[in-house]
Amino acid sequence: MKTDIVLAGVGGQGILSIATILGAAALNEDLYIKQAEVHGMSQRGGDVQSNLRISSSPIASDLIPLGGADLIVSLEPMEALRYVQYLKPGGWIVTSTAPFVNIPAYPEMSVIEAELNKWPHTVAFDMEEMAKEVATQRSSNMVLLGAAAPFIDLETEKIEQGIRTVFGAKGEKIVESNLKAFRAGLEFAKSKM
Amino acid sequence: MNSKHLLLGDEALALGAINAGLSGVYAYPGTPSTEITEFIQLNPLARERKLHSHWSANEKTAMEEALGMSFCGKRALVCMKHVGMNVAADGFVNSAFTGANGGLVVVAADDPSMHSSQNEQDSRFYAQFAFIPSLEPSSQQEAYDMMAYAYDFSEKMGLPVLMRMVTRMAHSRGVVKTGEVREQNPVKYPEKTRQWVLMPSNSKVRYKELLADWDKCREASENSPFNTYTDGPDHSKGIIANGIAYNYLMECFPEGCPFPVLKISQYPLPEKLIRRLVDECDSVLVVEEGQPFIEERIKGMLGTPKPIMGKLTGLLPRTGELNPDFVRKALDLPELPREEASQVVMPRPPALCQGCSHRDVYAALNDVLKEYENPKVFGDIGCYTLGWLSPFNAIDTVVDMGASISMAKGAADAGQHPSVAIIGDSTFTHSGMTPLLDAINENNRMVAIISDNLTTGMTGGQDSQGTGKLEDICIGLGADPAHVRTIDALPKLHSELMDLLREEIEYPGLSVVICRRECIQTARRHAAAKAKEAAKK
Repeated sequence: MKTDIVLAGVGGQGILSIATILGAAALNEDLYIKQAEVHGMSQRGGDVQSNLRISSSPIASDLIPLGGADLIVSLEPMEALRYVQYLKPGGWIVTSTAPFVNIPAYPEMSVIEAELNKWPHTVAFDMEEMAKEVATQRSSNMVLLGAAAPFIDLETEKIEQGIRTVFGAKGEKIVESNLKAFRAGLEFAKSKM
Repeated sequence: MNSKHLLLGDEALALGAINAGLSGVYAYPGTPSTEITEFIQLNPLARERKLHSHWSANEKTAMEEALGMSFCGKRALVCMKHVGMNVAADGFVNSAFTGANGGLVVVAADDPSMHSSQNEQDSRFYAQFAFIPSLEPSSQQEAYDMMAYAYDFSEKMGLPVLMRMVTRMAHSRGVVKTGEVREQNPVKYPEKTRQWVLMPSNSKVRYKELLADWDKCREASENSPFNTYTDGPDHSKGIIANGIAYNYLMECFPEGCPFPVLKISQYPLPEKLIRRLVDECDSVLVVEEGQPFIEERIKGMLGTPKPIMGKLTGLLPRTGELNPDFVRKALDLPELPREEASQVVMPRPPALCQGCSHRDVYAALNDVLKEYENPKVFGDIGCYTLGWLSPFNAIDTVVDMGASISMAKGAADAGQHPSVAIIGDSTFTHSGMTPLLDAINENNRMVAIISDNLTTGMTGGQDSQGTGKLEDICIGLGADPAHVRTIDALPKLHSELMDLLREEIEYPGLSVVICRRECIQTARRHAAAKAKEAAKK
């Protein structure tokens, strides 16, 4: 198996929590992993991305080449579009639709939506709304991870195991709330496939 | 004790050092090196062994403190970002002359593409210049494995070793298998004592030894487990790739590279291995992360008529970091099919956080300076560097750590008024105290604003060495206590801060204005920790 994922968002949104869970799940499965992150200046409200590569055979590069990604997972709709040139033809975009507007030149939402709709393989929804509905707003990243799960070559139970590993120390209540959010995202994505 | 972990390159290096019997790490925070020291501060074995891991005031003090630990026979680690090497350079270059007693490893984390830096200098030049052998990992596993090797090599040669990281290795995770854990060294003083006193009579002797040692280091590079020669069927081209560039090369050939490849991860350069590649191939491609260090040297070393291609010939970009796409192009391989880039995406530059105290300082400063014809504001390195961007556009220069105060002083000497320096608390104790002493001694007409957020903010909130004593430091250096003034940096004190700044700009001598409020990021973290603690009770 091999899945190359571009994780995208705005500094401070917490894209790395998604990477941590997938990393834990892949490590449990004895898979190869490379995950390049961004630290430092750009974390201050700038665009941030992480390249996550999971494979059953050794991985050479820490960075995904142009046209190499199977999937973009983004916490913000314009940030999802920033990396589409990294997608293989037919690759999937899973993104939240809630804009993070901290620049004056942020495009009209209708423009962003129209652009996203050009990609036939898109799962777009407001992750915070869904998280609030089924669990708490703090678990919105897990809703997004759930929506990305069908496109990642890891069994759903293994990703859930990763959630248990990462949130285990915070108590059963937190684990259950995050699993609930994850499953809601998963069901939504399945309905769009 | 073998186990598998998913670690950042920085963390793999840190764990490798701990397991190699480290006794202390010395560092000043700097992207992309910060996580090394943070890992050691939190590691259970490091805590049990009480390894030194307190932050140092700057990279020079860190370098020399580690040299002192090495003098006593213990294994020491120094970590810094690439520009920190400029600060540590005096100690670093001279540590080749003293040599190392206990193993001494210096980590320089380079930042090609300047993700979070003011330049992209390549630390391999420092190692070469100082006659210090260096290593650079191409995987997280190598970062781990190299530390035990580096400490053994350092002790065997009696020399410090430079470990060169780059951002993509420092901040990328991979699976790491760990091995044996070694005990720390006992205290053991140097057998050769003269070389630790760098008087001319001693150094003249030592320099000749050092040059002889350099040949031995080169021999070690020829036989290094990290410098590997892999033959291939197609000898029309031979490829040399260093550190992480090797990964980008191999990414282009999932079925294996058809050309002979020399991977270089230990320096000085292995001349014999390079000659073999050149002799056996019709041309050479150098795929190099960083400046064209290898490319320039092999052109001089070989004097061969065979074409040597790389950054100097324009086949690979001269600036910025490499990636698999640049390497693919240099190899003349077709592009992978891909989706078209979106045209609606706008740039999203970083900005000061909402609620950040630096915002309040810039807001007041800008409003006061509107009253003057040609104000100049000399900035410094930290989050507040972002004050150059809109909406503040508040600073005229940013150069290096501490340069705000020294440049404001020089400008005041040139007759500039108002001449204002703005510097953070951690940068002030790093390199701002000495130029302040110069300005105090001449009572220059200038204002040094210390925007004190009680932390080292840009790198994620590490302890700042001047916290709680900035006023004492300034007065101790000789500043007039009547013109060392402190105010809370709060939006509601906007007009008070304006008045205070105006008074001190009008004062015909040196003033220090300390604007203080905790970093919004660390304040949130502290509040969350407090709430958690209260919930437990």
